[in-house]
Amino acid sequence: MASVLVFLDVPALPLPRAARELLTLAGTVGEPAVAAAHRVDPAMLDALASHGAVKVYEPAGELDTVLVAAKAAFLADAAKTEQPAAILLGNSFEDREIAARAGIKLGSGVITDAVAVAPDLAVTKSVLAGSYTSTCRVRTGTPIITVKANSVEPAPADPSAAAPQRVEVPLSETGPAARVTGRSGKRVSGRPELAEARVIVAGGRGMDGNFGPVEELADLLGGAVGASRAATDAGWIEHSAQVGQTGKTVSPQLYISAGISGAIQQKAGMQTAKVIVAVNKDADAPVFEIADFGIVGDVFSVLPQAAEEIRKRRA
Amino acid sequence: MNIVVLVKHVPDAQFDRHLTGPGHTLNRAESILSELDEYALEAALQLAEARGGESAGNRVTALAMGPAAAVNAVKKSLQIGAYAGVHLADDALAGSDAAGTSLALAAAVRAIAESQGPVDLVITGMASTDGETSLVPAQLAERLQLAQVTFASELDVVDVDGAPVVKARRDGDSFTETVEAPLPALVSVTDQANSPRYPNFKGIMAAKKKPVTVLTLAEIGVDPAQVGHDGAWTAVAASAPRPPRSQGTIITDDGTAGVQLVDYLAAQKLI
Repeated sequence: MASVLVFLDVPALPLPRAARELLTLAGTVGEPAVAAAHRVDPAMLDALASHGAVKVYEPAGELDTVLVAAKAAFLADAAKTEQPAAILLGNSFEDREIAARAGIKLGSGVITDAVAVAPDLAVTKSVLAGSYTSTCRVRTGTPIITVKANSVEPAPADPSAAAPQRVEVPLSETGPAARVTGRSGKRVSGRPELAEARVIVAGGRGMDGNFGPVEELADLLGGAVGASRAATDAGWIEHSAQVGQTGKTVSPQLYISAGISGAIQQKAGMQTAKVIVAVNKDADAPVFEIADFGIVGDVFSVLPQAAEEIRKRRA
Repeated sequence: MNIVVLVKHVPDAQFDRHLTGPGHTLNRAESILSELDEYALEAALQLAEARGGESAGNRVTALAMGPAAAVNAVKKSLQIGAYAGVHLADDALAGSDAAGTSLALAAAVRAIAESQGPVDLVITGMASTDGETSLVPAQLAERLQLAQVTFASELDVVDVDGAPVVKARRDGDSFTETVEAPLPALVSVTDQANSPRYPNFKGIMAAKKKPVTVLTLAEIGVDPAQVGHDGAWTAVAASAPRPPRSQGTIITDDGTAGVQLVDYLAAQKLI
């Protein structure tokens, strides 16, 4: 059976949902092999095996701290050895750049923003900010596909799976590259990453500088906090929370839009959400055109009341 | 400093956009200079101005690839302040994917370097607002063997031991990074990098006198078979507009909307 090489940059357990999704998807197309950007300890090896990996490539030493160059070189080297039927990565900016550079090194076409991959490697993707769906194919080389989070339901772990084969990949020359010279952690919220979250509560201009009710509801639902450009430009919340054309496009199970009118760029960022709930005091807000459940009302009474009701039902 | 800025003529994202024809290509009527490229141009102009501008020998060249109308992205860039423009125009480029686009742009950058001297920086926006793949900057860096700094939200070039080094800040979800690269380098900037200037009357008048060089594939030594639809490494087999979301239930808050919201989420098995 042909293999599918999954690139994973997971420094420590637990395996994130996005990684489990990629391994599950790889298993529907072929035999999953993993190119791990970090050395794999026994616990990680077991975790990868229990999610279907039959082979694990790892760098012979720590990869250089150059932006994506070393990871792209490692992935290309692993792919040259494995000769897989396809290569899968996540859809983060970094994963897409690794895919981009590995694509040139391997002479292989790259498809981003995949939401499904068929056994014959036809790729369904969402384009024009989610307003179109297209089916694409790679015509040249090994198909390299970056897959959006929440595209697949991860298969349950199988703890009895046999240990995967380990293959060391020698470190190769990465060429001229930018080096990371410093890194400072921001406030750790404990919330899921926006791009991977299954629930997002997003606030806009209507929050008037107070994101408290948005954060409260997001935390009760185990979700991430998002924001419109108006809210990030006003400095009410950090720019990394921005959803939309120039921010992040997201496709969660549930998107709650609070105090956001829904201009086309904002809609563009979230129209592939499974369920959209909108709360806005302006009955003519464009967001109501795409909401599954819309509430014309004041965010500062509706959101806290919903939060209170959830607490009551859980008590 | 010799800076090339990539600019793209893209359909205005303020309006609905459509894929048409057998190649499922984007209808490019109603196109404008990609909003995200304005930040790249501004970053280039600020770097050049900090070094004395054009009179001190700095160059900022706006480079666009695309059909005849794409020259408008170059002209707009000249009005905003770019010193010169290059339009890579060739019918064989139609339908290029990221691999073909990066191949042609790499050759164009090499051609600019041949006529003007070495290019120190290639600056791009974080993504095009049409294809949205973000693949081209990284592929261009790979093809030109340039150090790559992407998604810079702050950017400066400083001398370190007599050699110019680009320093940038990148903001992730849970961290902020500082990165450094020797020149020559490719940098992509986010919409947080600066506040782009608008063309003023003086700029619009001055742009009329600025040169726009038109290049063809033959002039930059690219085989037409390697670009366009035929040379693409990926192909679109089908496309369809996403079915419009039908409007759901809209209620007006009567004092119980929060409770009704929770009822709805429970019915959808979302809580």
